[in-house]
Amino acid sequence: MANMTLTKTPMPEQDPKVRARNFKEVALGYTPEQAIEEAGRCLKCKNPKCVEGCPVNVRIPEFIAKVQEGDFKAAYEIITSTNALPALSGRVCPQESQCESKCVRGIKGEPVAIGRLERFVADWYRENVNAMPEKVPSNGIKVAVVGSGPAGMTAASDLAKMGYVVTMFEALHTAGGVLVYGIPEFRLPKAIVANEIVKLQAQGVEVMTNMVIGRVLTIDELFEMGYKAVFVGSGAGLPMFMNIPGEALKGVMSANEYLTRTNLMKAYDETADTPVIRSKAVAVVGGGNVAMDAARCAMRLGADNVYVVYRRGEAEMPARAEEKHHAKEEGIEFKTLCNPIEIIGDENGRVCGMKCIRMELGEPDASGRRRPIEVPDSEFMLEVDTVVMSLGTSPNPLIRSTTPGLETNRKGCLIVNENEMTTRDGVFAGGDAVTGAATVILAMGAGKKGAAAIDAYLKK
Amino acid sequence: MYKIVRKKELNSAVTLMDIEAPFIAKKAQAGQFIIFRIDDKGERVPLTIAGYDREKGTVTIIFQKVGFSTIALGNLNEGDYIQDFVGPLGKPTPVAGKKKVCVVGGGVGCAIALPSARAFKEAGADVTVIVGFRNKDIVILEEEFAAVADRLILMTDDGSYGQHGLVTQPLKEMLENGETFDEVLAIGPIPMMKFVSLTTKPFGVHTSVSLNPIMVDGTGMCGGCRVTVGGEVKFACVDGPEFDGHQVDFAELMSRNGSYRDREAEVTETHACRMEAMGKALIK
Repeated sequence: MANMTLTKTPMPEQDPKVRARNFKEVALGYTPEQAIEEAGRCLKCKNPKCVEGCPVNVRIPEFIAKVQEGDFKAAYEIITSTNALPALSGRVCPQESQCESKCVRGIKGEPVAIGRLERFVADWYRENVNAMPEKVPSNGIKVAVVGSGPAGMTAASDLAKMGYVVTMFEALHTAGGVLVYGIPEFRLPKAIVANEIVKLQAQGVEVMTNMVIGRVLTIDELFEMGYKAVFVGSGAGLPMFMNIPGEALKGVMSANEYLTRTNLMKAYDETADTPVIRSKAVAVVGGGNVAMDAARCAMRLGADNVYVVYRRGEAEMPARAEEKHHAKEEGIEFKTLCNPIEIIGDENGRVCGMKCIRMELGEPDASGRRRPIEVPDSEFMLEVDTVVMSLGTSPNPLIRSTTPGLETNRKGCLIVNENEMTTRDGVFAGGDAVTGAATVILAMGAGKKGAAAIDAYLKK
Repeated sequence: MYKIVRKKELNSAVTLMDIEAPFIAKKAQAGQFIIFRIDDKGERVPLTIAGYDREKGTVTIIFQKVGFSTIALGNLNEGDYIQDFVGPLGKPTPVAGKKKVCVVGGGVGCAIALPSARAFKEAGADVTVIVGFRNKDIVILEEEFAAVADRLILMTDDGSYGQHGLVTQPLKEMLENGETFDEVLAIGPIPMMKFVSLTTKPFGVHTSVSLNPIMVDGTGMCGGCRVTVGGEVKFACVDGPEFDGHQVDFAELMSRNGSYRDREAEVTETHACRMEAMGKALIK
């Protein structure tokens, strides 16, 4: 008999007041008992809609059935038959708009906590088994993967499983891409990402850090070196700014810079050499998940006041509900329907305030969201010493500008056909480099499709 | 890990190192830079490439021990390893089609002016080099410049060696005497690059400057290195590091470079201020 409780089994979390000042993980994960209890809520539908909602088609009811039986190892094997990185997706996937949005239990009450269960299984396996994947016999065919974020990691893993000799190139000094430089420790512990990289290496993937493809080697040179196909998962790393007065002041930076200093360079750790501004009051401009990450980092770095400044309303914010909820719990103040028009500096060129204007929502625009319109004469000053611009990113031009024949759309995103192949023969691409800034799981799905497409291409 | 295969002290504050980095050595060109990180706790520090040996697979860096990381790097020795060394980053110095150029180097900036001067020479240009130092004790690379330059002018601020004065003096004299250049490339402290640009502007001589803003990743990701050039925001790491000196907002660059000043050695600032004052006096 299924557990007919209407709500999800709650997951323990650090107390908001405590966690707002540390970088340890916020959500603590289910205990085996809690996982078994939650697994009981799944109705094991014959025609599971949840699987359709998953970009990598995790066999959800099957793994949940194993959790309910207490056979967590079997559950792990079911998940990893289609999803190489469950410890990551279990944490950072927007389940509420994917698998969980299709769950029949969600019609009356809350859906099954699929994400929490996936995370539980992955963590249980890492803590209790953590067997390294087997290296399959090599077919001797070399494939290059450019970028070691979620798209690249998934493509590399799948290709290695098929026997290809895979080299994964990373521009930074640590592999993991956005999982390492962008998403903070308190949402995704870096040790978990590092463990996934070690697993890739156990599968025979060669991981080369400090390799900026496009500069140190071009795509053409990779082919000259004997690689028979290339998967480009270089992400969307170029930050946007608002082009308002004062953006060059000291104390204004992109969310990428703020997060990279804090996460990749570990600036929150006093023993790390990289500095980060220790602010009193921070305005984060933008309403996405990255904005929430930046705001929550600012709080943890010791700011007294942290504001999220967003030109539309809270309902229109692209950030996940859970992220908004966590941010508010931690004391972050949302200044919605509010847009910066100028950043003000002191005599030393440091930020001392941000002039904003109130907004109201008008008719829907091309994106279908109601267009924000300035309210006349409603300017006001926000007293801040740091402004973090979290307005989105666009793909890095390094690869497209150094690879003849590689075509992009007007936003700079690589153009791919239905087989994930770019306009260059043998060059495939996926993730944010193709879609523009999107989610970790979509990038993982693209990596998976890319690996399958490369296999089909090389077998032709 | 990247091995230090040669270390040479050029003067009390400036060190040369050859680093084993075969991929970078194969690709590096004058004007590009690398980023190093000493160890797991280290920061990422950009340094413009001072030379490379494609056969030996080494890249030469020359750096002034001014901050935490450069001092730590200077304390390492031949045979030691550094954790990370990535590059070549940025765009190379465009040398094609330039017939007569003047390369102006200031202090440790001379280290990176040298490969550009050499690249101009190899591309067939007539190369004038003006290098400036505070005093005789810190003169570096004189022989190397002499080997590359068709004409070498060495200046010291205090007159203890070469000619007495700033690099802008001989440059101004040449331009006033009707000499002209297809390109002036200035590499050195910000005030020096600013005053070289101010010197050439009335004569309409195209002038490039190699900028060194604060940087984290060096691949276009953080935007920390943004500079305003001709009213537009550019990222020094991917759009530069060389820009049109007549278009660069030097005041903004100077201010932004002070973002983490509390952690920087005061010595650089003091020197920069003094040069600013001296340059102003000269331009009047």
